Amino acid sequence: MSYVDTTAIAINPRARRRRLLRKRFLRRPLAVVGLVVAAAFITAAILAPVVAPYSASATDFNATLAPPFTHGHLLGTDELGRDQLSRIIWGSRASIQAGVFSTLLAIAVAVPIGIIAGYYRGWIDPVIARLTDVLLAFPFLVLAVGLAAILGPSLTNATLALGIGAVPGLIRIARGEALALREEDFVRAAVANGARDASILARHVLPNMLSTLIVQATVTIPAAIIGEAVLSFLGLGVQPPTPSWGVMLSDAQSYVSQAPRLAIFPGIAIFLCSLSFNLLGDGLRDVLDPRTTR
Amino acid sequence: MGGFLLRKVGAALIVLVLASMLVFAGVRAIPGDPALALGAENRDPAVLQAIRHKYGLDKPLPVQYLNWISLAVRGDLGTDERELSVSNTIVQRLPITLELAGLAILIGSLIGIGAGVLAAWRRGKAADYAATTVALVGLSVPHFWLGILMIIYFAVRLHWLPAGGYVPFSTSPVQNLEHMLMPAIVLGTGLSAVLMRQMRSSMLGALGADYVRTARAKGLSELSVIGKHALRNSLITVTTVVGLQLGALISGAVITEQIFVIPGFGRLTIDAVNQRDYALLQGVVLVAAAGYVVVNLLVDVVYSLLNPRIRVSGAAT
Amino acid sequence: MTVLAVEDLSVRFDTDDGVVHAVDRLSFGLEQGEVLGIVGESGCGKSVSVMSLLRLLPPTAHVDGRAEFDGVDLLSVPTSRLQRIRGREIALVFQEPMTSLNPVFKVGNQVGEVLRRHLGLDRRAARARTIELLDLVRIPAPERRVDEYPHQLSGGMRQRVMIAMALACDPKVLIADEPTTALDVTIQAGILDLMRDIRERLGTAIVLITHNLGVVADIADRVIVMYAGRKVEEAPVHELYAHPQHPYTVGLLGAVPRPGAADEQGRLREIPGRVPSLAELPIGCAFAPRCPRADELTRSRSPELSEIRPQHFVACFHPGPEWQER
Repeated sequence: MSYVDTTAIAINPRARRRRLLRKRFLRRPLAVVGLVVAAAFITAAILAPVVAPYSASATDFNATLAPPFTHGHLLGTDELGRDQLSRIIWGSRASIQAGVFSTLLAIAVAVPIGIIAGYYRGWIDPVIARLTDVLLAFPFLVLAVGLAAILGPSLTNATLALGIGAVPGLIRIARGEALALREEDFVRAAVANGARDASILARHVLPNMLSTLIVQATVTIPAAIIGEAVLSFLGLGVQPPTPSWGVMLSDAQSYVSQAPRLAIFPGIAIFLCSLSFNLLGDGLRDVLDPRTTR
Repeated sequence: MGGFLLRKVGAALIVLVLASMLVFAGVRAIPGDPALALGAENRDPAVLQAIRHKYGLDKPLPVQYLNWISLAVRGDLGTDERELSVSNTIVQRLPITLELAGLAILIGSLIGIGAGVLAAWRRGKAADYAATTVALVGLSVPHFWLGILMIIYFAVRLHWLPAGGYVPFSTSPVQNLEHMLMPAIVLGTGLSAVLMRQMRSSMLGALGADYVRTARAKGLSELSVIGKHALRNSLITVTTVVGLQLGALISGAVITEQIFVIPGFGRLTIDAVNQRDYALLQGVVLVAAAGYVVVNLLVDVVYSLLNPRIRVSGAAT
Repeated sequence: MTVLAVEDLSVRFDTDDGVVHAVDRLSFGLEQGEVLGIVGESGCGKSVSVMSLLRLLPPTAHVDGRAEFDGVDLLSVPTSRLQRIRGREIALVFQEPMTSLNPVFKVGNQVGEVLRRHLGLDRRAARARTIELLDLVRIPAPERRVDEYPHQLSGGMRQRVMIAMALACDPKVLIADEPTTALDVTIQAGILDLMRDIRERLGTAIVLITHNLGVVADIADRVIVMYAGRKVEEAPVHELYAHPQHPYTVGLLGAVPRPGAADEQGRLREIPGRVPSLAELPIGCAFAPRCPRADELTRSRSPELSEIRPQHFVACFHPGPEWQER
């Protein structure tokens, strides 16, 4: 048996809190499932070249519209003989990329702005609030469509559009958190002790916002994943031949009577991917909220 | 209450103005020479110059903006590529989308609010888990996929409902509803999921509040405690959520109309982009933004009417 | 005549950090027309115990024991019957007048609810009676206040409305959980006056929960002192103040600012240490860690209640009126 310095763990409040959080998280099977499935999608996206049985564009005109469980094609093929399973795996790249990067972009932009608005208030707060309102006045899709028109359709531009669409909401949240935190005693104490603004923001404000931000991120990602699918479906995102679940769904519309499964499988992929992040986000929210007792 | 509303109206106006500027700038930023598009790709410089002059494209940007906005405020959004009045096109198509949105809100609210109250009431029991799970699924499901699935199943396989298209209400109410049913359900699903979670959360908050404890201590029946005391407070929060969801509803309408081939306002957006019809795009986006701002203002009004703390100013706090 | 008889009331909560024993075998009786004061620090279980009587605790609470009222056991009687007792025979006034009234309904509506529900009055009769009640609790211009919303009233007035609501059906028992804690000192006096008035005019038995010993001295007939979920002392009020026996009571009285209460150096005495967490109660007497009389015996066994003077009960191995036992 090895000797562990248990006194350190017992006394260190941060480590104890982390253990408590992990315990609470593990008590929620749905959240764990969400984590596992989301991780699986991310892994599939990263390791696509290794995991997918075929390349995304390998056509096989001898086996077009093959049903599932045909030899060599677990989920069948599409009208050009391309393996569905592989395309779905390759398609996860676009979705995860768009979902994760757009959210990161949105957070990187929104959090500083929100903190400035919420912490400093003054004249800058109403200005930021009005600008946020203006952005919010455009329904997300209309905004994305407009951006696609200006910048031209591509995965990068779609990611950009999705990120910009998420910014106003995140600004609101970051602002709310900063606003509440600036009234906290420990922040006031730091100010009274003469700490510099940057130091206060970095050491007191930001870490306390972290849990809210994490939860928001895990909830924004699925919305962005669906958003990418929508944009690609409309032809405003990923351009063929790059595979994307949205493009697959769009193509499948013509074969609705012959081979409905062409629409079903990519849709299930979008659904499961988004659901897993939602479950994860919900679980994290429950775990990090001090008011829930389990 | 007057002061509250006045500030809201003022803010809304500022937002509208800024939004219109953004729309204008955005459309102008689209690459390509609008004169070329308007002149059916005729590259004769003289013709292009004439076109520019005709449409006022040779004037400085701020002047162009003012020209546009002054006409827009009076309801004239110019003409699109096919020389049709943009305003007319919008006016023709908007009611269709409004009907779709209205049905979606109706379906979404009934299901969402009902499920939310049920889940809060039966918290922790089977009904709660079922409702919460269904809501989560409803949030995660891509709605355009749901639409396609419904078409596959109900239209293609079972032939119960038409796969798409539109029949005006005046022509045949029954057929109109038949065509609108699936799209409305698809559109309402997202709304109901969000509403259910919001309602459940509000109700749980209300049920944990002190005044609910007081209501119980007074010996009121559970029905009265939940249905009267808790519900009334929760509905107030929920109305604001419905208003906020309008943006998502319009986005959803765009795709839904695309899948179900409904000639509504949402499809106009896609058409405008695909056809590079800038005047149309400008008008459509402006109307969408303006509509959103107006609806939010209405939501604020409704909220202030429902919440006595704003409606009637207090004495001491 | 005993109106309410509580026997071995125990309440425990299951939380993430383990089981919390909020109340441990509390027993007391309430006589008709008397004012019983329950005192103790925050977290000693006094609020939890009375809320458990009307089964108003969240579902995570487990309640054991008996509470006999009017021939039934409140803790086990069917909910429908309990709902006829709540508000009608036993009424509860809460601590936070700010949040205890529903903000979206008019005050008259909320008071009238009780009248309509329990006494079957119609709207007009209920409104008339409500105005009478608001007048009874000394709210000026009651005909106007009836149609106002809670946020339009001050804290003191809201508390009076709560009391009016509680008295509407002329209950046998009024339980007031820290009714003055959230209010200014000057308003407190008014509320206490009102309660005294109620007791005299209506003969209602009152259970008054507070951590303020001054209030108890003012209005109670009998006092129960609670610590860490248990009753540690019980006595008629004058007896308790004149001859406190439990070191906690002695400490509390010593900490009350009064002329002549200071010790030799002119300081108020404070009780050292902190209230133990109800999830980690020590073996032996719960007060031992802070007690100047603690020894091997008190640290290993928990004392039970015994009658040390006529009508005066204390749970202590070394009872006595001085802080330290000589």
